[in-house]
Amino acid sequence: MMVNELLKDPMVLREIILDHYEYPRHHHLVEDESYHQAHMASESCIDDIHVQALIKDNIIQDINFEGVACTISTASTSMMTELLIGKTLEEAKEIISNYYAMIDGREYDEEMLNEAISLQGVSKQANRIKCATIGWHGIEQLINESEEDHDSKE
Amino acid sequence: MLDVETIKKDFPMLNGKTMNDKPLVYLDNGATTFKPKQVIETVNHFYNDITSNIHRGDYEIAYKADVAYDHCRETIAKFINCEPKEVVFTSGASASLNMAAYSCGLCKLKKDDVILITEAEHASNVLPWFRVAEKTGAKVEYIPLTQEGRISIENFEAAMDERVRIVAVASVTNVLGYIAPVKQICEIAHKYGAIVVVDGAQSVPHMPTDVKEWDCDLLAFSGHKMIGPSGVGVLYGKYQILQEMEPMMLGGGANSRFDVCGNVLLKEAPFKFEAGTPNIEGVMGLDAAAQYLMNIGMANIAEYEKELHAYMTKELSKLDNVIVYNPNGDSGIVAFNVKDIFSQDAAGYLNSQGVAVRSGNHCAKILVNFLKVSDTIRASLYLYNTKADVDALIEALKTCTIENCIGTFF
Repeated sequence: MMVNELLKDPMVLREIILDHYEYPRHHHLVEDESYHQAHMASESCIDDIHVQALIKDNIIQDINFEGVACTISTASTSMMTELLIGKTLEEAKEIISNYYAMIDGREYDEEMLNEAISLQGVSKQANRIKCATIGWHGIEQLINESEEDHDSKE
Repeated sequence: MLDVETIKKDFPMLNGKTMNDKPLVYLDNGATTFKPKQVIETVNHFYNDITSNIHRGDYEIAYKADVAYDHCRETIAKFINCEPKEVVFTSGASASLNMAAYSCGLCKLKKDDVILITEAEHASNVLPWFRVAEKTGAKVEYIPLTQEGRISIENFEAAMDERVRIVAVASVTNVLGYIAPVKQICEIAHKYGAIVVVDGAQSVPHMPTDVKEWDCDLLAFSGHKMIGPSGVGVLYGKYQILQEMEPMMLGGGANSRFDVCGNVLLKEAPFKFEAGTPNIEGVMGLDAAAQYLMNIGMANIAEYEKELHAYMTKELSKLDNVIVYNPNGDSGIVAFNVKDIFSQDAAGYLNSQGVAVRSGNHCAKILVNFLKVSDTIRASLYLYNTKADVDALIEALKTCTIENCIGTFF
C-alpha cells in the first residue's frame, strides 16, 4: 500500500494522532539564545505552551515546544514540528496556510500536509479549532518576527 | 420529595432533545440552567402583550409593565428574606459583584485596608477586588483553605484583624461546591466592623437563602443559573449600606432631578443603581423563576440535589479511571478528571455521547495553586436531573479512553 493510501484509513489516522500525543516530537525546550520563543496561551481553554524555533539563512533549522495542552493541541504541534523543520520560510508559510485551510474546512493540498491530514476532522468541531492551531500560530508568529528582524537589519 | 418527571415536562430543553444523536444529558448547571415554560411564557408575555418602558408611561400597557417589574422585587424579597427596597436589579452576579466592589469598596477602602477573599473564588469575586485594591491602596489577602478546600471558622478567624474592611466569599464555591459558614463569617467580620459580600451565584439557585439569618451585608446572584433569563441578576444589600453606596453608573431613572449647574439629586436605593432602561423582560422572567422554585421549595430542591450528588459521587468512585476532587462536596457540583486524559479531551468525548459537562478551570484560576491540577471536569446538577442522567455520565466515562477521545474527530 502506498503511503497516501494509508492516510485514507481512519484507523491509521487515529493512530497517528495518538502517537503524536503520547510521543510528541521535539517536545522539550532548549536554553539557547539563538532560538526565538513564543508563549501561546489560549484565552478560552487551558492550553498554555511555549514554541521555540531556530531560524537561520531563511530556513527553519529547528522547532521545539512544551507546555500544558490537550491531545489535539499536542498532536497538532508535534506534527507541525516534523513538517516545518528544514523548510524555507516561504515553504513553511505555504504549508501553514494549507493547514489552516484544512482546519477551516476549505480546499487544501493533502500532499503538503502529510500526517497532519489526520486532524481534518477538527474542522467539524469548531470549539477545538483553537487547540489544533495554537502551536501553528506560535511558529507563524516566530516566522513573522524573524522576517521583521531580517527586514530591519537590511 | 420532588416529582422530577412532572418538573421535567415544564422544560422544553428536556423534552427529548438529542446531542450528537444521543439523548441530551445536561450536567452543566453550574454554567447555566434550562428554563421552564412558565419563565418563557412570562418573557413572551412582555414581548407579545405589554411591551413598553417602565416608570414613565402614562398608558395602560406601560402601567402593566410597571406593576410586573416592581412585583419581582417583592418576589425576590420573599425568596431571600429581605425587604423589596433592598433588591437591586443588575445584569447578573458579575455585575452585582462589580457593583459591590466599585460602589461600596471604592467608598469604604483606604490605603493598607484589607479585602479578604479565598483562593476558591470565581474570577468575578476576585478581579473587581484586585482593581479596587489598586485604586485605593488596599490589599487583597486570602483566607487559607483547609486541606479539603473549605473555609473553616478557625482559618477565617486567624485571617481576620482590624485592617480587614471587606470580606468577599462565595456561599458555595463553583469548582468544589463546598458550603461556606456564611453566618459565622458575618458574625466574626461584624465584630471588626467589616462588610461581608457574599457571592451567591452557586448557592442561591440550589438551597434556601435567608439574608437576615446570615446577616450578610451584600449578596450577589444571577437569574440564568436559577432557571431564569440571562442578563438579569440581583444585588441584595442591607438598606443602610445601599444608601451609603455610590452608584457606578448614572443616567435616566437613577436621578430625581438635576440642573445645568451639575447639581444632581439621586433617587433613593435601589432606584439610584438602576440607571437606564433595565432588562424588563428579564426581571419579569426572574420573578417567574423564583416563584417556580419557591413553589417546589428550596429545601426540597437542596435535599434532592444532595441525594443525587451522593449517588453521582458513589457511582464515580466505582470507576477506576476517574479521580474525584471533592468527594464530600455539599452541593450538586462534582469536580473530577479521567486519569491521564486532559479534561477538554474527556469533555469532548462525553459530548459525543450526548453528555454536557464543563472542562477547564471554571473561572477559578487561582484554585489551580490549591488543587495542583491545571483543570478539571465539572458536572453540576439541578432539580430536573435524575439518576438516569448520572447513569448516562457513568456509562460514557466507562468508555472514555484516549483512543475514543481521538475517535470523536472521525
